[in-house]
Amino acid sequence: MNIIQIEPFKVYSHNNKIETLKKSGLAAIAIGFLFFLISLTGISSKQPLLFFFLSFGLVTAGSILYFAIQVKEAPAGIKNNRIFFDAITSRKSIAWILGIVLTGFYILLYWYPGTLQNLVNLINPLSYLLRGQPADRWVLYGTFYTTAVIIMAIRMIVKYRNNRYQILRSISVSFFQLGFSFIIPGILVRLNKPEFYFNYFWPLKFQYLFPDEIKYLTSSGGALGYFMIFWGAAMLIIATPILTYFFGKRWYCSWVCGCGGLAETAGDPFRQNSDKSLKAWKLERISIHSVLVFVVITTGLLWINSASNGKVLGSVSQVFAEWYGFVIGALFSGIIGVGFYPIFGSRVWCRFGCPMAATLGMLQKYFSRFRITTNGGQCISCGNCSTYCEMGIDVKWYAQRGQNIIRSSCVGCGICSAVCPRGVLKLENLPRAGRYSEVD
Amino acid sequence: MQHLVIIGNGITGITVARYVRKQSDMRITIISNESKYFFSRTALMYVYMGHMKWENIKPYEDWFWEKNHIDLIFAKATAVDTDSKSICLESGEKIIYDKLVIATGSHSNKFGWPGQDLKGVQGLYSKQDLELLEENTKNIHSAVIVGGGLIGIELAEMLHARDIHVTFLVREKFYWNSILPNEEAAMVSRHILEHNMQLKLGVELKEILHDHNGRARAVITKSGEEIPCQFVGLTPGVHPNIDLVKNSKIETNRGVLVNEYLETNIPDVYSSGDCAEIKSSFHNAANKTSLPPNKLEQLWYTGKMQGKILALNILGNRVKYDRGIWYNSAKFLDIEYQTYGFVSAVPREGEDSFYWEHPSGKICIRLVYSSSDRSIIGVNVFGMRLRHRTFESWIKEKRTIEYVLENLPIANFNPEFYKKHEQHIIDKFNLENPGKNLSLRKRSLSNIIS
Repeated sequence: MNIIQIEPFKVYSHNNKIETLKKSGLAAIAIGFLFFLISLTGISSKQPLLFFFLSFGLVTAGSILYFAIQVKEAPAGIKNNRIFFDAITSRKSIAWILGIVLTGFYILLYWYPGTLQNLVNLINPLSYLLRGQPADRWVLYGTFYTTAVIIMAIRMIVKYRNNRYQILRSISVSFFQLGFSFIIPGILVRLNKPEFYFNYFWPLKFQYLFPDEIKYLTSSGGALGYFMIFWGAAMLIIATPILTYFFGKRWYCSWVCGCGGLAETAGDPFRQNSDKSLKAWKLERISIHSVLVFVVITTGLLWINSASNGKVLGSVSQVFAEWYGFVIGALFSGIIGVGFYPIFGSRVWCRFGCPMAATLGMLQKYFSRFRITTNGGQCISCGNCSTYCEMGIDVKWYAQRGQNIIRSSCVGCGICSAVCPRGVLKLENLPRAGRYSEVD
Repeated sequence: MQHLVIIGNGITGITVARYVRKQSDMRITIISNESKYFFSRTALMYVYMGHMKWENIKPYEDWFWEKNHIDLIFAKATAVDTDSKSICLESGEKIIYDKLVIATGSHSNKFGWPGQDLKGVQGLYSKQDLELLEENTKNIHSAVIVGGGLIGIELAEMLHARDIHVTFLVREKFYWNSILPNEEAAMVSRHILEHNMQLKLGVELKEILHDHNGRARAVITKSGEEIPCQFVGLTPGVHPNIDLVKNSKIETNRGVLVNEYLETNIPDVYSSGDCAEIKSSFHNAANKTSLPPNKLEQLWYTGKMQGKILALNILGNRVKYDRGIWYNSAKFLDIEYQTYGFVSAVPREGEDSFYWEHPSGKICIRLVYSSSDRSIIGVNVFGMRLRHRTFESWIKEKRTIEYVLENLPIANFNPEFYKKHEQHIIDKFNLENPGKNLSLRKRSLSNIIS
């Protein structure tokens, strides 16, 4: 008989060296945050570059060290241990503190930007390098946002390193955030062209179909401006239905979109906090479609107004648009959407508010090949899929009946399939026949 | 209106209730003293590990039961009187039934080891066991687990997640070697060691020692080794829980005896799931020895399947229970396992098997096929997902091993972008079978749909 070897290639254990490196990483992050606070006082204004590296640099380096070292701690495999015990991930003390800090930051950013001026100055060297002009609060916000996506994408890749779908998806959202939402708009500004985000379209970026924006793009952007309008329209009218037909809404929501990018990376530790109840689903359907109707009406009113040179509606449409921008753009997508990550989970905006998600969702439900296939009778109703669904879909409701999952809200993040301990779920794009499978 | 009373709200009892409700407005009452609402037993481990809360492992929201007119009674049933068709509850209350289902599940096995009832010694089966485990493992740092089966490795993973060092005693030569062939059993054993757990193979428990507080402090193995610990998990399997019916007229053996229609010896009384012992179809008391043994099936999947069949029988469409092509699944720490059809631990007469293992030592597949007509009999797969329905139909249709290998990509159920292994698998088969020159079928859309 063959002698079978059971000596493992490597034995993983927590050891002091790993512990020390992890703590060093955390220390670097803490010191980095201290330098953000110090910079708020204005001391940094003389040497912005030095303070930029001491704040952004230390936080980034410390985070990378802290996450990367975890590869040595345990074999590849998703470990959701202690998620519902830890104060940060289970809506306990730290979650509330973090929620308040994030929300506070949005309030300062929107209504008291002056308080952040010294942080804005920190970004100046970067802003000159990229954009050829001083930074403003939105550049600061963009820098924070992009840094958070990239750092937390590294965390995603470490955590889900046994899953190539998750690795590629994390790289994709980082690429689109850094390239399409940070570098390219910056270069456009440097070239004196309109600052344009090629990965956002109407109705998410509602301004892109507002008459004023179109006028602005055509007048100040020249040929490029026309291309931008063409790009936005083509993505909306041609690419969106085609890509959604073949891949479901995930091609956008969990691979390209910036809001999705933050949710999929920085939001990942909070995905389990989304509400899975039937009540929440009912609310979701009302609220997300209301926002879609609202943005369509707003856009329509603005065009009627513009076509009639303001005769028909006077200032009504402008007021309407401003209110939409304030309620939906600032309050909903910013404060509730991101500020409340630790409390309501990472996809509140995408689930309850995003008009783009509403459009893609309808396409996904009725005109798409995408579904999540249930593997025969293998479901054990354990509930991991539903618990870790950031969109609050009760995945196991379908899986335990042997039914495929087809829901307009599903962003195709693939985490249900990743956390399933029995290999029951698979995201698939197949011919539409038999898409709605048997119910047993 | 007829009153269906179900004792036990596990997957079996609940499945009976749901399927009866789908076709009948019969009054349905479910009695359990474990929890008011149905929960997934297989998910208890995740609550302890902090992956989920109690709320998350309930497969249905609480409104579901009232909406479907299924009454839940959270109480202990203490006696069954089949003459008066009544159930007695601990409170003294009597419940009258027209039809009764015994779905009381299992108890953990204990084999009379000295010290098995000490404080800090327990099995893992019920919600109450989980609560006891919380209590028993508070502030401890070392544990011994006895019994190398599915519950044993779950308990090991649970304790490991709480940073408790685990020593795992396994009677066989490798982990779960009574079910898994050597290579697979060795793979899982290696994976256990990789997690920095102690794995003692070929070792049996002799007794458990206690400290001056009557709490477990060490175990002694049959070879005389003393292993200090603060907790002992006993996980050598389960046996039917027949406490309720022992003193009734309902016939029992190891479990509640039922025929293939899941009917007991008493009219209108049925049993299914872990607690039911299905009599061999040729059962004949005079000639027990030459008969196939009675069946005890103690899996989530069989509980669900039996429940569905029993619901039909209660509704009057008599259908024999036939579990069809066998399947099962588990997860050993980070390695997922699925099996379809039948793979025996030791190769049987007239069967051949083909085995491929990835160089990482964490992915493998074994295909068992008939030596004579080369038809596929079963598959074990680790670290890779296979499509249930595809394999089921291949086994039913008696497809050859060659057909299965050439079409293996169709059965692949791994998430997108995963590395494909089919080419390596088929290469190894060609190498081991001179003269065979199999190649992968090109995947066309039409055969994906079918």
